[in-house]
Amino acid sequence: MYSDKVMDHFQNPRNVGEIEGASGVGTVGNAKCGDIMRIYLDIDDNQVIQDVKFKTFGCGAAVATSSMATELVKGKTIYEALQVTNKAVMEALDGLPPVKVHCSLLAEEAIHAALWDYAEKHNIKIEGLEKPKSDIHEGEEEEGEAY
Amino acid sequence: MDEEKKLIYLDNAATTKTAPEVVEAMLPYFSELYGNPSSVYSFSQKSKEAITKARETIAKSLGARTEEIYFTAGGSEADNWALKATAEAYRQKGNHIITTKIEHHAVLHTCQWLEKQGYEVTYLDVDEFGTVKLDQLKKAIRPTTILISIMFANNEIGTIQPVEEIGQIAKEHGILFHTDAVQAFGQMPIQVDELHIDMLSSSAHKLNGPKGIGFLYIRKGVKIRNFVHGGAQERKRRAGTENVPGIVGYGAAVERAMRTMDERIAKEKELRDYLIGRILKEVPYTRLNGHRTKRLANNMNFSFQFIEGESLLIMLDMDGICGSSGSACTSGSLDPSHVLLAIGLPHEIAHGSLRLTLSDETTKEELDYVAESVKKIVEKLRGMSPLYEDFLRGH
Repeated sequence: MYSDKVMDHFQNPRNVGEIEGASGVGTVGNAKCGDIMRIYLDIDDNQVIQDVKFKTFGCGAAVATSSMATELVKGKTIYEALQVTNKAVMEALDGLPPVKVHCSLLAEEAIHAALWDYAEKHNIKIEGLEKPKSDIHEGEEEEGEAY
Repeated sequence: MDEEKKLIYLDNAATTKTAPEVVEAMLPYFSELYGNPSSVYSFSQKSKEAITKARETIAKSLGARTEEIYFTAGGSEADNWALKATAEAYRQKGNHIITTKIEHHAVLHTCQWLEKQGYEVTYLDVDEFGTVKLDQLKKAIRPTTILISIMFANNEIGTIQPVEEIGQIAKEHGILFHTDAVQAFGQMPIQVDELHIDMLSSSAHKLNGPKGIGFLYIRKGVKIRNFVHGGAQERKRRAGTENVPGIVGYGAAVERAMRTMDERIAKEKELRDYLIGRILKEVPYTRLNGHRTKRLANNMNFSFQFIEGESLLIMLDMDGICGSSGSACTSGSLDPSHVLLAIGLPHEIAHGSLRLTLSDETTKEELDYVAESVKKIVEKLRGMSPLYEDFLRGH
């Protein structure tokens, strides 16, 4: 069901881990739906992403999209990173099954959330970056029907 | 990693290997004895006799009469038939059906469809082990209740229901009792009279028989509408030329299942408890879902905190291990298994479930390999889990 690229990034995920004292950290998704992504960014004074790490709770596609998203933003400026869309992540992975497209959206949101955190911490405004709408506290609405 | 990996198949609740003796029994009925059982000439009578023999074997295994066994295309069809046709036939008496929240979708979705047709359905809760609460069942009974449909044993967590007590309650209230025994039939002794079962669904491929064949046991005297209109097959209740090889295969599978049952159950229980013991002891933050003892001999269902089931399944697959999970990602919806939610698991723990179901060919060596693989994978996935990171930091 997954492309070779997805399987590769799932089996050998790039940039797994944490960054102590990261410039920005973003966590999106929620455990209820089975996907949580956390991205750590280390951004230098020139606003270049020197290092990036992730942690993900989720399916194969969630891990692979996180991994690919970190690859795509590493070494980029924050403005270049902002241009990394879920479509770009999907294309870089040679596609995703339709039911897994939301994983790539989550990856994009995780990057945005980490950038937002960076901007807030450094008291700057990143043109074109909106406050991430999804976080782990979202979706804790009443229990739905079980089936 | 390049060498041919041995397949460790631990998804026998999904389907089983068709036993060689079953295939052998079926083979003549494809190209040699291919006659239509309804035809008059003696060539076709051999097909008819083969069906009769299979029906007798199956009836005997349940303590039923041969004319009470109706072949279907599988378990889902049997469930659909039992529910829809009874509901229709007993409409004069009432419109209320009682079932549980942990049924297979073949029952649940049929009940939801019946609700749209004007029937009322009560979905009983289960306790933390997945067992129906008998007092709740009694309270749910109304004068208009026409059917109680409760599965014999659950397909995900393996919990065996108090079927005899349920049957007794149904009998005392003059209500029909249907049980989906797709997971239980052939895995444990079932006698329909002792358990007061009026209808029972089953499927051959769960007990080393072929796919595409099942049956519905319908107790004599139960009013039930014809399910497929057409010829006179299955006492006119389910028309269509019989799946002769399938029926013969089912007969052979039941013969085999009954012959091997005691030994198989003893062996599977021992292996099951061995792996449960190892996993619970060696993998921290893990729970066993379902009842510790009142569960199918071949069923194990674990939840590993902080990880997600599909990732686990893919990694197990890379180690040559076939299992299944109740995570949302494997069900095609956003919610994890309705069974795991019904036993009270929080969503994130339900997402991290793993079902392993043994066969009589499973060995202890295989399970040792599985235990090591599970340990390694769970550790790896926790290492990349933000939930585990938060947990370690004491969030």
